[in-house]
This record gives sequence, structure tokens and C-alpha cells, in this order.
Amino acid sequence: MFWTSYFLAVLAIVLAWPVPILLSRAQWPARSPSTAMLLWQAIALAGGLSMIGAMLVYGLEPAGDTLLAGLRSLAGMVFRNEPTTVLGFWHIFALSAAALLSAHLVFTLLLTYYKIQRQRRRHRELLALLAFPSADGPRTMVISHDSPVAYCLPGGARSVTVLSRGLMAALQPDELRAVIIHENAHLSQRHHLLLWAFAAWRQALPWLPTTRLAQEAVSSLIEMLADDVALKTESKASLIKAIAIVASGAGTAGTNGTSEARMAFGDASAVSDAGQPGATGGAGPAVITASRVSRLLTPRPPLPEPLRYAVLGACLLLLALPTALLIVPGLLG
Amino acid sequence: MATLGELERAVMDLLWAGHEAATANTLRDLLAQSTRAQDGTAGHVGKDLAVTTVLTVLSRLERKGLVERERGTRPHRYQAVSSRADHTAELMHEVLGSAPDREAVLARFIGSVSATEAETLRKLLEHS
Repeated sequence: MFWTSYFLAVLAIVLAWPVPILLSRAQWPARSPSTAMLLWQAIALAGGLSMIGAMLVYGLEPAGDTLLAGLRSLAGMVFRNEPTTVLGFWHIFALSAAALLSAHLVFTLLLTYYKIQRQRRRHRELLALLAFPSADGPRTMVISHDSPVAYCLPGGARSVTVLSRGLMAALQPDELRAVIIHENAHLSQRHHLLLWAFAAWRQALPWLPTTRLAQEAVSSLIEMLADDVALKTESKASLIKAIAIVASGAGTAGTNGTSEARMAFGDASAVSDAGQPGATGGAGPAVITASRVSRLLTPRPPLPEPLRYAVLGACLLLLALPTALLIVPGLLG
Repeated sequence: MATLGELERAVMDLLWAGHEAATANTLRDLLAQSTRAQDGTAGHVGKDLAVTTVLTVLSRLERKGLVERERGTRPHRYQAVSSRADHTAELMHEVLGSAPDREAVLARFIGSVSATEAETLRKLLEHS
């Protein structure tokens, strides 16, 4: 029990600090985005699990030889008023921290879900009044706005892809198809669930700067995944042109193109970092667009198969290790 | 029979087009007119429409914060809270990333690039 808690603590620290930083600087995720996506999920899950597990195991150490026995005697103390004298101050502190952190994570996840759902409902209400069905496909709507914009609003059977008139005017049919396939890929691959989880993760632990790195990496990876789906049926040229027109169109709407584009980028990142002290700059939409485009312009081969399996193995190991450390001694004992 | 959603849309279209407050009766007549004008084809929303239905639609829209009632007069006169363009701008605001909860809409197909990248892209576009 004792060594388990130290090992879990070390694992939690490694997963909270150096590993995300290294991964966010790595170049290979652009080559195999889906593998990288799995790795980010494994890191976040294993990180949270070992963070809570370390405190739990440390706190329960005097109460029982295994996690299960410890939990059982803890339940006795809490619910049946059994003597708590075996637990020292730090044990109780660790147990309280574990309980608080678990509750905080779950609560933030639910709160973020509620906020997103509420905003989507409002957005859907307005779309129902403002947008028109599009001829370009089912569940596609058009909104009268001059900026070239395309996005999707997830919501199960009511998911919808929205295109602006400005976008439809600027793009050729093949480019428009690439955009629609890109957006539909977001919906069919359930990317909103990933964004939700990582947004909540960042919201819950804003003092941990690597939660921001994780969220940014995930935002960028989903774009690459959606691009890859579009590339299956549409030509690379159409996709790049669509991205380029959308990106440069956003800037040329004003009189002085580039500076306006930069302003928009600056504003966006300033707002998204607001209320989160210590967050400076980072990957905004501009960085994501840039890495998407450069990956399309100078494509690099996907990770070799053995390497990909190695990463997948690492993901499994990351999840199995803390779980096993928490549970297996209980099974053996 | 038109659904409530279709009716909400038709009512908002009238209020946005009219620029001034209207009573439920006026709106009902306008809806009936637009039906006759279109000969009952596409937007057959006004057919056999009761004023109570229009009031239901208006109270739904009021709850959604889209229309407001003039309190002093009777019958109540309704008007749009803000224009169609304002609501569109509100949506675009959310999409383009100035809203605090950007997760609600997913991954706009948009972004801005640096000056050099924009130049590269522009060349690319010229050559194709």
C-alpha cells in the first residue's frame, strides 16, 4: 500500500507535467492524429486516476492492507462511528483531498455539459428562425452572413452543419463539398465529446498549464482528423483552397487585410484565456490553421506501423497501470 | 397544419419585416394573407389559424427572449427584441470565437494565418 501511493504520485506528476509538454512539442501527432488523440485521452485519464488514487491509497494505508479492506474500514468509520484513531492528520487530509478532487472533477464535467447544452439549445432556436435548409445535403443549413464560415452544431439526431452565404459565394462546388465533408466528419466522429471532456479538464484544473496544452492539442487534432476524412473523396487541392479562401477571406473583409486577420486572432485568444491567469498566447485558430495547411502542403508519411502499435500499447499500459495498482493487491489479498 | 416551429419562424419573419409592433390579430391576418398569396403551397402556415394559436406562438417566442410585449396597450402589441441581423451577428460571434463557451459549436472551418502563410496561400490560389 505504502509504495503504491508513492508510485501513483510519481505517475500523476509525470503525466501532469513533463509528458504533456513533450507530446505537445512532438511533430509526429500531425502524421497520425488518431493515434495521438488516443494518447492524449490515456494521459488525461491515467493522470486523473493516479492523482486521486495516490491520495486515496496514502490515506487508507493505516486502515487496511488493501484498497478494498481500507475502504471497508473507512466506511465503518464514516457510517458506523467506529474509532478513527488509526488515521493521522495527513491521512485524513489526503482522503478529504481525494474525495474533494473526485467530486470537483465530476461536478465540473457536469457543469460544462450543462453550459454547453444550454448554449447549443439557444443556438439551435435561433438557427430555426434564421437559417434556411441547404440544397447541398441533408442536415445542412445556410445562414445569411458575409464572412466565410462553416461549422457544425452537434446534437444527436438534430446535428446540423451550417454554411454562411459568404462561404458559398467564395467557394467552388468541389471546395464546398470538402468543407461539408469536413464538418460532417466532426459530427460522425463525435468530436464534440472530446472537446467537452478536455474543456472540462481544463476548467477543473486551470492552475495546471498542461490542461491547456491538452485542450489545444485535441482541438487541432480533430481538425486534422476531419481533413483526412475530406481527403478520402475530395482532392487535396480543393481542401487546401477551401481552407485558404476561408482563412484569407476572413482577413480581406476589412480594408487592410492581414492586420484585421491578426486582430481577430488576437481578440479570440484574449477572450478564451480570460479568467485564467498564467495562460499566455498559445495555439489559437491561427496556429491550428497553419499546422493544418502545412501538413497538407508538405505531407509526411503516417507513423510506421510498429511505432503506432507501440504508442497504442503505451496507452493501454497507462490505463492499466494505475488501475492494476489500485485493484490487484485487493484481489491477491 | 403547420408546426409551432414553422409558425414561430413565420411570425418572426413578419415582425422582422414590419419594424413596428403588431397585435396577435394583425399577425394572424398577415399570416393568412401570406398563405393566400402563395396559394397554399410552400408556406401554408396561416390556414385556419386561431388567434389563440398565434398568442401561444408569441408567448413561446417571448420566453425565448425574441419578442417583447408593449405593456401599456390592450390588446398587447408585440415586437421583435432585436433585428434579424443582430441575431445573426450573435450566432456568428459564438462561432468565430469571442463567446466564452466556444465548445457549443464545433470547430469552425476558419482561422487566420500569419502574413507569410497568407502570401504562400495566395500564390497557391493564383497558380491553380
